[in-house]
Amino acid sequence: MDHKRLATGRSDPAAGNGLLDRRRLFAAAATGSMAALISRPGAAAAGELVVEPWMREVGSPFTGYGQPSRFEAKVARIWASAPGTTATGASRTPHHLLDGTITPSGLHFERHHSGIPDIDPEAHRLLIHGLVKRPLVFTLEALARYPMVSRIAFIECGGNSGALYQKTPVAGGVQALHGLVSCAEWTGVRLADVLGEAGVDPRAQWVLAEGADAAGMSRSVPLAKAMDDAILALYQNGERVRPSNGYPLRLLLPGYEGNMNVKWLRRIKVTEWPTMTKDETSKYTISLPDGKALQFVFPIEAKSVITRPSPGLAMKGVGLYEISGLAWSGYGKIAKVDVSADGGKSWAPAVLQEPVLAKALTRFRVAWRWDGGPAILQSRATDESGYVQPTRARLIADRGMKTIYHFNGIASWAVGENGEVTHVYA
Amino acid sequence: MSTPSRLVAAASALLVLSSAGLAEGPGLGRVATPDEIASWDISIGPDGAGLPPGRGTPKQGETVYAEKCLACHGEMGAGKPNDQLVGGRGSLSGEQAPVKTVGSFWPYATTLFDYVRRAMPLNAPKSLSDDEVYAVSAYILQLNGIIGEADVMDAQTLPQVQMPNRNGFIVFSPAK
Repeated sequence: MDHKRLATGRSDPAAGNGLLDRRRLFAAAATGSMAALISRPGAAAAGELVVEPWMREVGSPFTGYGQPSRFEAKVARIWASAPGTTATGASRTPHHLLDGTITPSGLHFERHHSGIPDIDPEAHRLLIHGLVKRPLVFTLEALARYPMVSRIAFIECGGNSGALYQKTPVAGGVQALHGLVSCAEWTGVRLADVLGEAGVDPRAQWVLAEGADAAGMSRSVPLAKAMDDAILALYQNGERVRPSNGYPLRLLLPGYEGNMNVKWLRRIKVTEWPTMTKDETSKYTISLPDGKALQFVFPIEAKSVITRPSPGLAMKGVGLYEISGLAWSGYGKIAKVDVSADGGKSWAPAVLQEPVLAKALTRFRVAWRWDGGPAILQSRATDESGYVQPTRARLIADRGMKTIYHFNGIASWAVGENGEVTHVYA
Repeated sequence: MSTPSRLVAAASALLVLSSAGLAEGPGLGRVATPDEIASWDISIGPDGAGLPPGRGTPKQGETVYAEKCLACHGEMGAGKPNDQLVGGRGSLSGEQAPVKTVGSFWPYATTLFDYVRRAMPLNAPKSLSDDEVYAVSAYILQLNGIIGEADVMDAQTLPQVQMPNRNGFIVFSPAK
């Protein structure tokens, strides 16, 4: 380590326009030379350390189910519903106000096709039938006696970031543009175990999964996926799955587009061919420039987005900031995230926060010294399969702009001299 | 092989069979009866598998449509405030934005029956009779110029309807 350089308070640039090597930066802080690096945006002013009233009175009583601080009321989902409906649409996670990798259950994004059913768990049943030796009906009580597994997995709506296919940049931030992805710990029974008991016919190649909502939302899933890592999820982040995420039973298909992770799961029909449901033909297919459409686009390909700084989080003056964001891939683990502060001219490797899990959100961080000038912030994810997140231009060259689905191109935030952050194409 | 050893072999085979059964899992699912399955199995395959008895014509469907569908999908399926159901043929390629309707985009007529029966009308899903679903499906197909005014839709005819965009889909190949 170059102690002489650290002692002078300098930190190696990792890439252009102020990106810093984070490891060296913190070493510099430890030597007490931080002042040379930061102009202390948001630092506490002198004389503020008073004994506050909450130290002079007894605090609040117990509650049965805790809620966030009243000062955090702005940390909430935003939503839109189709004309004339109350919950046929989507709500979005406020990633710009969150950190870490687990999405609180009450902030997990939602996509409903006909509202949220109010399901009595005592009455709920799961039917497994079709090309099986023994069609079976399960109560939730019975399912809960099977061996359980937990895994942390992201779910991303196929339509997330779809606005970035538009010709001009839509004004918005992480939540409005990229808020249809969330990550939770899901616990339940392996679908393969239950299908094994039913006895799958050798001719079978698909399963139809159907929800108990008013829309009877249904999707065909390859049998290979059902037998690989699919989970009949009963728990989300340690408690029963929330109604808005499929209570009392949700199909979890790690890495596959959100719509296939059927909520309120009531039926699995083992079939030879796909059922060709509305949501795998007229929707969730990618219209190409020549008029054809890509169908059965199941895995979410590697993607990342910077959550901070981002629109709505204005810079507070020149100095040191952490650029932080999320990366994910339906193909496995994130292997690398590169960050640029100069619109992709130069890139610095971000630190990936452990644990880095396959098909889960991965938090990345890189230190940045903003000099007050214009900057274009970008992130680029690479997964363990070698897949590299494409530029927006590359993605559009391949797929055109006639679709809203599976946008995973590199997104850009512009930081202006006034410190405002806006969505741009770069 | 002596008789006792044959018995032992038979007993062992039984043991293997039963333990194989147990090894598959706790076995807490109850076997579903054919009637139970029939009452829950509402999905229709593209070959028509699962289509119920019943029938309907475009003219009968027009009546159902006016009462149950028009408020959301507009006169003659023109759309607004919700999805457009009719038109858009020839709009998928070229520079303009594609107009994706049942007529221009949907590859299988069976999907129309499946979806309408399970999910429509939005404020009263699963309230239409099978005859009404056949009829309103026939009406939408006829408005799109895919079937004639005199055609009857039922479990035999609906799967045979040739949708214009039947060959418009390419199965995605993952990069991995």
